Amino acid sequence: MLKLENIHKTYYNGSPLHVLKGINLNIEEGEFVSIMGSSGSGKSTLLNIIGILDNYDEGGYWLGGTHIMNLNEKKAAYFRNKMIGFVFQSFNLISFKNAMENVALPLYYQKINRKKRNLIAMEYLEKLGLKDWADHTPNELSGGQKQRIAIARAMITKPRVIVADEPTGALDSSTSVEVMRLLQEINNEGVTIIIVTHERDISRMTKRIVRLKDGLIEDGMVEDIEC
Amino acid sequence: MLDLDSWQEIFSTLSKNKLRAFLTGFSVAWGIFMLIILLGSGNGLENAMRLNFDRSLINSMRIWGGKTTKPYEGLKPGRYIRLDNDDYDLVKNMPEVELISSQFNPPGQSYVAYKGKSVKYQVVAVHPDYAVINKEDITRGRNINEFDILNKRKIVAITREVEKELFDHEDAIGKYIIVNGFNMKVIAVFKAKDQNSDNKVIVLPITTAQLLYGGKKDISNLSLTIPVSSTVKRSQEIEKNIRNQISKNHKFDPDDDRAIFISNSIERLARIMTVFNSMRLFVWVIGIMTIVAGIVGVSNIMTIVVKERTREIGIRKALGARPVSIIGMIMQEAVLITSTSGFIGLLSGTGLLEFIRKNLPKNNYFYNPEADMTIAVSATVLLIAAGLLAGFFPARKAAKIKPIVALRDE
Repeated sequence: MLKLENIHKTYYNGSPLHVLKGINLNIEEGEFVSIMGSSGSGKSTLLNIIGILDNYDEGGYWLGGTHIMNLNEKKAAYFRNKMIGFVFQSFNLISFKNAMENVALPLYYQKINRKKRNLIAMEYLEKLGLKDWADHTPNELSGGQKQRIAIARAMITKPRVIVADEPTGALDSSTSVEVMRLLQEINNEGVTIIIVTHERDISRMTKRIVRLKDGLIEDGMVEDIEC
Repeated sequence: MLDLDSWQEIFSTLSKNKLRAFLTGFSVAWGIFMLIILLGSGNGLENAMRLNFDRSLINSMRIWGGKTTKPYEGLKPGRYIRLDNDDYDLVKNMPEVELISSQFNPPGQSYVAYKGKSVKYQVVAVHPDYAVINKEDITRGRNINEFDILNKRKIVAITREVEKELFDHEDAIGKYIIVNGFNMKVIAVFKAKDQNSDNKVIVLPITTAQLLYGGKKDISNLSLTIPVSSTVKRSQEIEKNIRNQISKNHKFDPDDDRAIFISNSIERLARIMTVFNSMRLFVWVIGIMTIVAGIVGVSNIMTIVVKERTREIGIRKALGARPVSIIGMIMQEAVLITSTSGFIGLLSGTGLLEFIRKNLPKNNYFYNPEADMTIAVSATVLLIAAGLLAGFFPARKAAKIKPIVALRDE
């Protein structure tokens, strides 16, 4: 499903920063993977590369059989839209759009007409128990509600992979558990999910943990967890 | 990029960011509004001036007597110069003079009676050319002619207002009225030119009036025309020749410019045109400055908008927005705002001018303020284009930002 081979990434802000130093990772269809590591270990960078939000310098990345390398913005946008759903720590909902419009937004970029995409968005909101909040703007919602809306938005295009960068980072522990349960349910429907977290409790709710240290995956630390 | 759906997206974005939309739009609307008011005011002043010139032919001159200020051939200064029929004959015989008429205003007002009704009116006495030089508008009847002058015929032309007052709803032509005790036949009804407060004037042949009012040879002023092709310089030469002729008749220093006064339309128009040319230039400079201010305003706000929306753009890109759709979004918004507000400015500017035009009392200084629509519309189009350009560069910059950079922007 997803294969990374010897991925290198260096940032050039002032002095060069070699963040990823040869990542090799295989993720199969339907896996639920958490990437762990201390801050600066490169876990977010790795997730951005997986999500085609960032380029890598060296190595190879295959997503569903497609070699992802130096895509132009147009192609990258296409793959992001079709194959990947995003969930962010700070939700990244558009503040002046209501819940339904936020969820429907990815379909706008698939040129699905307004009526139809709003209808689909409502289905997803209903599924996540947020139907009554459809016409609320993000600042009228709690953190948990916002993250569920972001998840609904990530799901609406029926992506094959959902990548989530610290999805529970801004939530209290009980809400975090709720959100993780939701991701587990989605995973049970067959969607591959990759999250980045630094919380052990959160990573325990995934099926597999990948530990990153100094830009490398720690040997033998790719562990499988029984759920 | 231009489908209905993307417009709906723009509309919903704008309606939720009203202040931003208003601020951007305001600078455009204000620019166009000011441009139209400026152009309109300029035209209003110019039209009023043209209207004043329109009262007589542009190649006309008017001459009236003054008071000498210089001694001449043993005569003391301070003599009043009164024009008379000899001056008329002298000037009439000059080859440069085409049309000519004396005007004689008997002092005070005269009693005019018809069927037992008696009213006091101002009397003016002239030659036939007067009607042409002063562009008199004869509604019914005929102008005074040479035959009337020669025979000192007792005929009279009256204004519409006089006809209305004396004759009620009757047609005055061919009827006899009593002017200063003499029976006179009405030969013309003409439209007054709002010079006299109530437009109640009657016109007699000059010879008739001089006879009946004991005016002898006296006249109040002379009006004449010179060839319409005359340059300003030529008209000044003719003016000087006329002054020389009259100075010989009345024995005053031809260089004494207060002995008689000559108003030369060609020279006056040329002088006023230079004033208006510089005014028009001024209006244009201010207008262009206003438009530039509008353009700068739009560019400024579009730059801020893109900056402010960097994060939103990042989100949109992460969700699959192509660079083209980001550029399209920003530019469509810019065009929508500039064109709508440009239109509002256009509408309110012309609306105000129209209001002024309808409600301003008739006066000699400001008349019919109209903005040139072609200019106003091209200015609006220019601003829309500027809005597009102003939107394009920040939009392209925004479209180039990597989504992670945009998302990091907090």
